[in-house]
Amino acid sequence: MEFKTYSSPHLPASDSVPAMMQRVLLALLPGTAYICCIFGWGSLINILLASLSALAAEAIVLMLRKRPVTTLLDGSALLTGVLLALALPPLVPWWIPVIGSLFAIVIAKQLYGGLGYNPFNPAMAGYVVLLISFPLELSLWPVPGAGLSLSDTLVHVFGAGLSADQTLDTLTMATPMDDIKMRLGLSQTLSEMRDSSLFGSFAGAQWEWINLWFMIGGLWLLQMRVIQWQIPAGMLGGLALIAFVFYAINPDIYTSPLFQLFSGAAMLGAFFIATDPVSACTTPRGRLYYGMGIGLLTYLIRTWGGYPEGIAFAVLLMNMAAPTIDHYTRPRVFGHK
Amino acid sequence: MVDSATSFRRPASVSFDHLETFHGGLKLTGHRELTAARPILPAGVPPLLTIPLQQHIGTAAECLVQPGDAVYKGQLIARQVGKISAAVHASSSGTVIAVEERPVPHPSGLRAPCIVLETDGLDRYRDTRPAALDYTRMPADELCDHIRGAGIVGLGGAGFPTHVKLGCSTDGIEMLLINAVECEPYIACDNRLMQERAAEVIEGVRVLQHAVRPQNCIIAIEDGMPEAETALRTVLAANNETGITITRVPEIYPSGGERQLIKILTGREVPSQGFPADIGIICQNVGTAAAVYNAVIRQQPLLSRIVTVTGEGVLRPQNFETLVGTPVSHLIACAGGYTQDVERLLIGGPMMGYAVSDDHIPVTKTMNCILAVTRKEMPAPPPAQPCIRCGKCTEVCPAELLPQQLYWYAHSNNLDAAQDYSLFDCIECGCCAYVCPSHIPLVQYYRHAKAEIWAREKRTLASDLARQRHEARLSRLDRIKQEREARMARKKQALTGDDGSSELKKATIQAALERVKRKKELAATAPKNVDNLTAEQQQLIAAADKRRQQKNKDNSTG
Repeated sequence: MEFKTYSSPHLPASDSVPAMMQRVLLALLPGTAYICCIFGWGSLINILLASLSALAAEAIVLMLRKRPVTTLLDGSALLTGVLLALALPPLVPWWIPVIGSLFAIVIAKQLYGGLGYNPFNPAMAGYVVLLISFPLELSLWPVPGAGLSLSDTLVHVFGAGLSADQTLDTLTMATPMDDIKMRLGLSQTLSEMRDSSLFGSFAGAQWEWINLWFMIGGLWLLQMRVIQWQIPAGMLGGLALIAFVFYAINPDIYTSPLFQLFSGAAMLGAFFIATDPVSACTTPRGRLYYGMGIGLLTYLIRTWGGYPEGIAFAVLLMNMAAPTIDHYTRPRVFGHK
Repeated sequence: MVDSATSFRRPASVSFDHLETFHGGLKLTGHRELTAARPILPAGVPPLLTIPLQQHIGTAAECLVQPGDAVYKGQLIARQVGKISAAVHASSSGTVIAVEERPVPHPSGLRAPCIVLETDGLDRYRDTRPAALDYTRMPADELCDHIRGAGIVGLGGAGFPTHVKLGCSTDGIEMLLINAVECEPYIACDNRLMQERAAEVIEGVRVLQHAVRPQNCIIAIEDGMPEAETALRTVLAANNETGITITRVPEIYPSGGERQLIKILTGREVPSQGFPADIGIICQNVGTAAAVYNAVIRQQPLLSRIVTVTGEGVLRPQNFETLVGTPVSHLIACAGGYTQDVERLLIGGPMMGYAVSDDHIPVTKTMNCILAVTRKEMPAPPPAQPCIRCGKCTEVCPAELLPQQLYWYAHSNNLDAAQDYSLFDCIECGCCAYVCPSHIPLVQYYRHAKAEIWAREKRTLASDLARQRHEARLSRLDRIKQEREARMARKKQALTGDDGSSELKKATIQAALERVKRKKELAATAPKNVDNLTAEQQQLIAAADKRRQQKNKDNSTG
């Protein structure tokens, strides 16, 4: 009798990449649902456009590279599309998510060799290209609860313009973080802004809840052991720490650590973006430093940089540093001094 | 969800407070219920026994028999060669029919020298068994010698000759650690052994204690073996034995690994590339202790072992007392044969065991488990995907390595970097591959890289040797050339002569000639020894003088 021979271990594997990606997508659900609730159909359309173009781009490049197209099923391209879409404002022309996805998948991921070989976080690479190329389109966030109808949104997204009684100015507003930066530039103090509708219960209006829902999803991922604690803890810890230092120095011009943690894409970044394992550090200690680096850079860019949100740049900058950090944070091996 | 040990919750009723933990590891489901509750059955004497000369780590034993020789049970048929080696005995009586290369249990289907024995079914010793040794009165080295003579090796799997471990224990051994942690799923041979032969195990441990003289002795037993633990405790209590402690350790794979177990019990780490004895610990498998009992009390060398035959691929999973050399196919038959859907045959456990392509291989001293599995039980591994550096492997690695980096370097054949990342500290436990979401056969890559490095070192050694030889030859040729040149120069000098010394030469020759002349004159004028001569002697001298003068006259005239 001839038996099959495989290499040990023989017990069937306990996990798979598609299963992990599915769990990440599932964990994104609460935050995504909340975004769709307050910003309307635009976010959903973004997600559809970005993920479909990401999948299409991945399939085409895989065919060109003569790789099995079934690789598509690993879910990584889908996740890239979704993360990119979540970073985009809801009312952008259709070609914005499409271009972003194409760049993320074709240039940032596949040209480097596909899943597992990309040095940069593809979603953030795509987002930064859009941010630099189309700053205007990417700064327009709708007024929360503006409630543009599906047909109006579709008309806007696909370029037919808005109906007469609606202009972009009435529909959109700056995000709290954006607004605060602008007003600080006009020498207002934070205490003067306190009463405005900018602030919610503990951070920026509405954004605090978006962040909270993403945090809940992220904590579930931690509990499911899809991600490890070092990167989120490092990033949120680093961000809170530096924010606390400046807040302690002058609370009138520097926002509180709590505000920083629950504004912009902080929670999405900490649990879903910075944790992309391919482009992050891989040693446990390295991941902590990597996360802290992202947190610190995010604060610096948010506070003194030219862009309202700094996570994308911070992630890409730390991606560059990851191999070096890994090199210097190798754990001590069992039995070695 | 990854079933990793870091998420392992200990049952509240059990206290491991005094224990340490090792990094990583896995909580694996046991599958031991298949055999753990059934008694050990004898596998009997098969018609043919194929006994490999190498069943241990070290040098292969040297065959002492020839085809046609009749052997009795327990006869030494291959002797130990060198220090790290072990003797081999005939496991039953019969006739040697061949000494040749046969397939042996090995992942590559290797053939190796074996003694093939046709058994006579009598299973007979040469004579009546000698009485039990009173080991308490034997010096440690004599006892150790006796254990060596019995061909005992570590029965936990690695097969390190037991006498070598005991031999290095002359003094300063703090702890004798008896490993009863059968951490791989499916395997239950040690569990059954302790349940059925607790007294023998304890007595064997006492013998080892006598040979090693440790400050303390611990039997480490797994959390999931209450029956075995009770059996051992009962024996200890019945004998009022206080020198042996039983410690329960959590069921986390690979807590039965020597290094991991020592870490759990003492918090200390065996140095990389070192041995437990380096930190004052000697670790022996519980099955080895029972073999020592057999060798010393029953005066019987290591002829058989308990093998777990299990998996859904056999009809009646069971533990068998098996003679060394018994074909695996015989054991499978004892277990009722294969089921219809058997697909893989593993030697050892499902984590570290290896798959073999057929069952015509013999049971060796180190074979603890034969696992026949179905496709349903262990489906074929899915194709590997690229590594996404998720780090799950790092989380579970008990050697605290970075398996993803090792893979990267092994994959790209960057062997120096792999070594730099401590490739050789990998114990090949398989935890990393088990949790890998990309299904990369990581252990296979590490094994391959290790083999490559060994091959490279061999090549380096060979080329070093060749270079040394070459250099030696060059210097030899050079020396010969120089010597020849020197010789030629001397000859030339002798032939041409040197004008500066001719005067001296002439003077010397002159002096010599003069010396000869003076001697002749002296001889002619003054005869010696002429005092106190008899008249007869005087006459003889006179005659001789006369003859000489006559002769001189003839010479001068002629």
